[in-house]
This record gives sequence, C-alpha cells and structure tokens, in this order.
Amino acid sequence: MGMTAAEKILAKHAGKKEVKAGDFVFANIDLVLGNDITSPVAFEQFKSLGAKEVFDKERIALVPDHFTPNKDLKSAANAKMVREFARQHQISNYFEVGRMGIEHVLLPEQGLVLPGELIVGSDSHTCTYGALGAFATGIGSTDAAVAMATGKAWFRVPETIKFIFKGDLQKWVSGKDLILAAIGKIGVDGALYQVMEFCGEVIEGLSMDSRFTMCNMAIEAGGKTAFIAPDDITLEYVSERAQRDYQIEISDKDAQYAETIEIDVSELEPLVACPPSPANVQPISKIDNIKIDQVVIGSCTNGRLEDLRIAAEILKGRKIHPNVRMLVFPGTQQIYREALKEGIIDIFVEAGAAFSTPTCGPCLGGHMGLLAEGERAVSTTNRNFVGRMGHPNSEVFLTNPALAAASGILGRIASPEEVE
Amino acid sequence: MKIKGIARKFPKDVDTDAIIPARYLNTQDEKELGKHCMEGIRPGFYDEINTGDIIMADTNFGCGSSREHAPIAIKGAGIKCVVAKSFARIFYRNCINIGLPVFECSKAFDESDEGDVISIDLENGVIYNETKNLSFEATPLPEFVRDIINAGGLTKFAKKFIK
Ligand code: SF4
Repeated sequence: MGMTAAEKILAKHAGKKEVKAGDFVFANIDLVLGNDITSPVAFEQFKSLGAKEVFDKERIALVPDHFTPNKDLKSAANAKMVREFARQHQISNYFEVGRMGIEHVLLPEQGLVLPGELIVGSDSHTCTYGALGAFATGIGSTDAAVAMATGKAWFRVPETIKFIFKGDLQKWVSGKDLILAAIGKIGVDGALYQVMEFCGEVIEGLSMDSRFTMCNMAIEAGGKTAFIAPDDITLEYVSERAQRDYQIEISDKDAQYAETIEIDVSELEPLVACPPSPANVQPISKIDNIKIDQVVIGSCTNGRLEDLRIAAEILKGRKIHPNVRMLVFPGTQQIYREALKEGIIDIFVEAGAAFSTPTCGPCLGGHMGLLAEGERAVSTTNRNFVGRMGHPNSEVFLTNPALAAASGILGRIASPEEVE
Repeated sequence: MKIKGIARKFPKDVDTDAIIPARYLNTQDEKELGKHCMEGIRPGFYDEINTGDIIMADTNFGCGSSREHAPIAIKGAGIKCVVAKSFARIFYRNCINIGLPVFECSKAFDESDEGDVISIDLENGVIYNETKNLSFEATPLPEFVRDIINAGGLTKFAKKFIK
C-alpha cells in the first residue's frame, strides 16, 4: 500500500522504510525555528536539559519578530535573551531587527525551509512551509528545546485529508478565500491531528504567495500541517534560494487518505471570517454595512508582495476613509524594498496608511495598533478570536487583501467592486 | 497518583488567547502567568479557584497558538489536570511535555457540572465524580506518551540523546 507525502517524510527522517498513520516516531529534524516569545521559555528548558551545545548551529533559526522592535522592557529583555543565545551558540540564522522579517515569510524567502524536509517551529503557523512540500509543524517550547539540543522531536504520524479544488476562480478571489472556504466547511477542529493536503487544478495554477497563505491557516482548522505537492512553480521559487540539497516527496497514487473533499470554486465569492472564529465565514455579498475603525494588511498570512500589490492596485489614487486607520506590515525587509522600488509604499502612504517595518505587532494584539473597547477591524491576518487584536470587546473580521483595501476606502466591510 | 478537586467547566474551542492573552507573554514566570489564567474568557478565574481544581472542557480545548505559556498558566493557577472532549494538538503535546496531566473523556464532561467534586487516578485515567457518584474511563494515553510521562517529562526523556 502506498504512503502519503507526510508518511514518507516522517518515515525517512525516522530512518524507517515505512510508517503509517497512528505510529509514533522520534525523528531527525532539518530545521528548528524559534521566536522572541517562545524561545526564552525554550532556553530555560535547554539549560535544565543539561545541554551544552546545539545539535547544529546552521539548522536553527531564531527570528525575533513578535514584540520587536521591542514594545517594552520585558520584551526587550526577552529579545536580548534570544540575541545572546544566538551569539553564544553561533547560530548562523539569527535575524536582527532591520534584517528580520515575520518568521513564516522570512524562512522560505531565505531558502531555509525546503521540499521534503521535516521542520519544527515553536510557533503554530510553522505549517506555512507545507506550501513548499515540507512537513512543517508547530511545537511548544519544551519540544523546541529538545529539538535544539538533540535535533529530534516526537511525532504521532498523522492521517491526511485530501482537498481537491476545481473550477475557475472569480476576480478578487485568492488563496485566502480558498483556505477560508475549506475551514468554513470542516470547522475549527475539522482537521485535528491531521494533514490538509491541497491539490487540483486551482492549486496548480496558484502562485507561491497564495499557496503560503493557504497552508498558513491549516492550524485554524486544527491541522497538524498542510501540504502541497512541489511542482514547477515550487521548484522555480526554491531553486534560486535553497541553502541545502533537498529531495521532494509526494503522495503515492494509492496512498490512504482519511477523507477526500472536493471544493468547486466557480461560484466562490471573496469570503469574510466573522468573529470570533475563522470558520465563521460569509460571502462578501451577505455582509451588510458593517462599519470599521481599523484595517490591518500584512502578517505571515497576507504580508507578501502579491498581497501588497493587490491592495495597492485598489488604493491607487484613492484615500482611506476619514474614520479608518490603515496599518500595513510587509512580511520581510526584502518585500519592503521591493514594495519601495515598485512605488507601492508611496501609494499606501499617499492614501493615508501607516507603513511599518516587519513585525507581528497588531496581528496578535501585541503592539503597534491594538483595538480599543468596541472597535472593529478588518484584517488580512489569520485569527479573529475574542480579544485577539486588543480589547476583549473588540472585533476582527478576516479577509483577503483586496477586500481589506476596499473596506479601508469605504469605511465598512466592502468588496473592490463597490469602490468607484 | 490520585488527585481531587472541584470541576471548572469550559465550552468548546477555548483558544490559547482566552487561556492567556498575548499581552502577558512577556514573562515566563509560572505564578505570574497563573494569575491571568483564563482571563480572556472568564476574568477573575484565578481568584475563584482553589489549588487542585480540575478543568473540564468541551471539544478542541487549547486551540490557536503554540504558546507553552497556556498550559504553564493553567499549572501556575494551581489546576492539577485538564479533562476535555478533545484537545488541540499543540496544546495537548505541550501539556505532556511540561507534565500537566490531560485526559480525553466526553462522558465525564457531559455528565459533570461546575462545582462537582472530581477525583482522578492518573495512572489508569479513571475519573470519579464524587458529587454524583459516577465513574468514567478516559481514553488511555498511548504507550509512547506514557514513556515520556514516566520519564518525568520530555526534557528527562530526551537526556539520553544529548551529546
Ligand atoms: S504574523 Fe501573526 S500569526 Fe504570523 S507569526 Fe506573527 S503573530 Fe503569529
């Protein structure tokens, strides 16, 4: 019987010929990621483990992106811990503010996560790298400490759900809408402990940026990770970046799936995930005059160049509604520079938006744009839980960047079609 | 080992932002995090409870971020065990890794009320509701997971692999 790509990658890294869903393995890791929130906890565990050295100084990435540039004294102390650990252990992939980007945008861009690899990160959106055909999953800080010290982590081999996307995409529908449609269909725990494998003609025609957006939100359906089989689009992206050799893995034709779900996108409109759940999705046509106070464009979900281009296309020559604040956060410094060169930043600023250096900031209600009581935001991020972006009585509506830009102009949740 | 405490019930899909809001993530201190435990969904929870209490939750408990601060906050608040219909994956493994016992048991949730006195045998996963005189069996932990717990958590389990 055949194996899924997830089974193959785990088997290979556990030194086994074959594994099946439900097996437990202790496997070798290709890269361990940590950020400024989760790493300090991991470092304490690292010490209590009695570890003197990291397993491989080139296979650890430390990205201080959450509360940086430091929001207060405590976060400054945490960022310092990360910096000092990186120096002490000569971690080659430490990214200081100014070179730093949001981890899940930065690592693929830097060629540090590759097809067929087994990646763990002490951040739940590590599943983003499934877009490259890696098995990448979020872990906790203790797991991260053990992985940094030993290069190993334990896994329960997951089942895979296959999602086949077919049909023709309508205008303004993007990767964000495809993943929201999937989450809306199966619910926030619809893929608990499972891999979400995306395939079909729609996926084959999708840009890397849109694929990253899709895989990013697998965790919002409870998924252990996401997976898209590497194709020419993947390999073109990877070939100019890869810092190591890699070997692609794809699911066998006779692999066992837990379930196969077909989604026809022909009738799919841009979607809005209404609070307080990413599964609470409505087509934009059903949203009636919901006034907003803030728009956030960016994050590891939609802070890539394609996202900024789409938003800028809509904002060009227009002004943001007087009652709205728009905050734009590019994923990395490289994206920032590209946006600068293309004149995109100028469009945002001209329209009246605030354009920031990369940071997680407002996405997790950390800093740089929290919501006050009773305020409402449209955001291209991935979570709209109660209090996610600020006060427990504030609300977050998740959309793609086109809707976010249009909403910013009109002061209410809106489609680009409504912008004159 | 047996534990005994009062049931504190929570609905489905309690996320890690509800367990410990992100604004408190700038500390790793167990006691400090414990004071804000469940602040996002039940403000005042810390003052309401006693050491040894047990959280009983509906499905998908601990969904959202990978923050280990969430189970640490629960432990820091003095909660000794979490019983849920199901857990979010990263939260579940974080609990195991830091040594906070977790059990999946739908019946125990459905048939217990807030405030019931619950005792749990951590070895075999038998959950006993003393108030209602009902006994439930949780899904036993997989052998591999028991090995980690028996070793005293993941850090102790992994020591043998350190150079
Ligand atoms: S941008 Fe938001 S979701 Fe992404 S890593 Fe940062 S905080 Fe997490």
